[in-house]
Amino acid sequence: MNIIVCIKQVPGVTDVKINPETNTLIREGVSSIINPFDMYAIEEGLRIKEKFGGKVKVISLGPPQSINALKEAVGMGVDEAIQLSDVAFAGSDSWATAYTLALAIKKMGIFDIILCGKQAIDGDTGQVGPGIASQLNITQLTYVFKIVKLEPVSGTITVERLLEEGREIVEAKLPVLLTVVKDINQPRAATLFHIRRAARLKIPLWTAADLPEADPLKLGLAGSPTKVIKISSPPKREGLLDLIKTDSVEHSAAMLADKIIAEKIL
Amino acid sequence: MPLLEVDKDKCIGCGGCIEACPLGALSLVDDMAVVNDKCTACGACLLACPVHALNLPDARPRKSSENLAAYSGVWIWMEQFHGRTGSISIEMLGQGRKLADTRKVALTACVLGHNVEHITKEAISFGADRVFWVDDPSLADYTTAPYASTLISLIREYKPEIFLLGASARGRDLAGSVASVLYTGLTADCTGLEIDPENGLLLQTRPAFGGNIMATIICPDHRPQMATVRYRVFEMPVADDKRQGQVISIKAAMRPEQITARVIDSILEKDEVNLAEARVIVSGGRGVGGPAGFETIRKLAEILGGAVGSSRGAVDAGWISYAHQVGQTGRTVRPDLYIACGISGQIQHLAGMKTSKVIVAINKNPDAPIFNIANYGIVGDLFQIVPALTEQFKKKLHP
Repeated sequence: MNIIVCIKQVPGVTDVKINPETNTLIREGVSSIINPFDMYAIEEGLRIKEKFGGKVKVISLGPPQSINALKEAVGMGVDEAIQLSDVAFAGSDSWATAYTLALAIKKMGIFDIILCGKQAIDGDTGQVGPGIASQLNITQLTYVFKIVKLEPVSGTITVERLLEEGREIVEAKLPVLLTVVKDINQPRAATLFHIRRAARLKIPLWTAADLPEADPLKLGLAGSPTKVIKISSPPKREGLLDLIKTDSVEHSAAMLADKIIAEKIL
Repeated sequence: MPLLEVDKDKCIGCGGCIEACPLGALSLVDDMAVVNDKCTACGACLLACPVHALNLPDARPRKSSENLAAYSGVWIWMEQFHGRTGSISIEMLGQGRKLADTRKVALTACVLGHNVEHITKEAISFGADRVFWVDDPSLADYTTAPYASTLISLIREYKPEIFLLGASARGRDLAGSVASVLYTGLTADCTGLEIDPENGLLLQTRPAFGGNIMATIICPDHRPQMATVRYRVFEMPVADDKRQGQVISIKAAMRPEQITARVIDSILEKDEVNLAEARVIVSGGRGVGGPAGFETIRKLAEILGGAVGSSRGAVDAGWISYAHQVGQTGRTVRPDLYIACGISGQIQHLAGMKTSKVIVAINKNPDAPIFNIANYGIVGDLFQIVPALTEQFKKKLHP
């Protein structure tokens, strides 16, 4: 199995604190991490390799320091990494990101499975995975939380997808692109052996010049169909907390029930 | 090299942009904003600058060669599952009607499926002027390719100006695919859609960075302007069974042998709840203490006709399945009433529920951050308070 995992470096927010006065994030010292959903994609790639053999490669499109995310993935055990970084790619929206990644994936050679996280926790769009699949004209299976069956000989995969109403079992022919949700596995920690390997590994940097097929008009900010015209703060929640305190649990519960009913939302 | 430009003559070194940058890409050097390589040109800093010293290059050398004026009309994809229309599709018909009226154009619903003719009538009753009805056995269960190819060929032929889909799992799956093939802009998870009175463009507003900023996005040079829309943002319109509309039958674009994925089974767990559509959610966190503790939560949810949610902590502990998780790595919900029981309110959880209409917090720790965003709160033991609340609702709502 030849597996390609697409990862994104995002601001780490697990340790973020809120400023209680302004109710905004305290961002000092915020580090960058691999998008949490992509960690599951990496782990799933490694598990498929362990079962069926083959190679796991990671690719990331981002600013120069996204190399750290790639090194971290190598530390978990992936075989190869490619960094896509160029000022020509900067400002890509989800369309241009998918376009660029798809061209780079074509250049990486044959693949059976592409893995992505279901979405990145900064942009939250979930569109790059489907975008890559369309650009490559391969089947996409999104919101996967279990690979039920993988048969390399017949070239088929069966997965469970998580939807609003429940789960769905889908069978498809390889090659496929999967986007995975959190429950699919528990990502492993990096090992010393692989961390050392990551330190030595020379990760190739691909720029726009390495993608000769790319239409320059479709790259980066210029090639992005969407344009952000305004950034604002989300509306603040109105009113202050009405903290209910009475002499007994029953009274408090009754008072709370009355207040909720008075909101006329039930 | 970052794309963001700092106009050194204008910058007053106030540091407002540093606060606004979600990536830590800006700093002050000699009282001047300096941008580093972490910048992704997201634009979050632009508005924070009081003196307009920050710029992103408007690198749009060309207008699309296609004639944008040839595109007209607002389209909605009617999501259905086993013949039942998703609530999000009805909500979009309501908002789509308003957008169509503002643009003085028709509202079209796209109904794809098998044996779902009743949805064509439903779409008209909720505001559609025209329905494209595609009935084919290959569309009985949703899979990406046959749905996407049919919509793509419809869009190429009839050229809508605006195309809206629900921000559901299927809607996001489909929208990403369609927009990618058509080379047009797609804004995910919109919570606001308006027409710019000056130029007629669709102004698409969406939360980003876990809901910490709101971005307004346009798609100036490509058509259709596509967006996925969050659940429960727009009001449900009222059905008018007397409304008339045109139903046009269309053939599916893909032959069955071209389809490479098929749905084998759907598993609707009895406990499974559609959090996205729920009007009431009762959620439990670490304070619930174990799987048995969720019984208490479930009883309250039941009496209120609501769904059961949970924090990440409870899911990671294995007390309840991931499908129930609300928050940044779970689902984003927007119910009328959200009751958080034994949930401290970490920022990742708040990102998934803070736009709920009324938030109630029950927690034994008076300093729990959940109280900062709650409308009502009780400090105390949830195992006493939640059953007492259940009893009260039983008495008051079902006497």
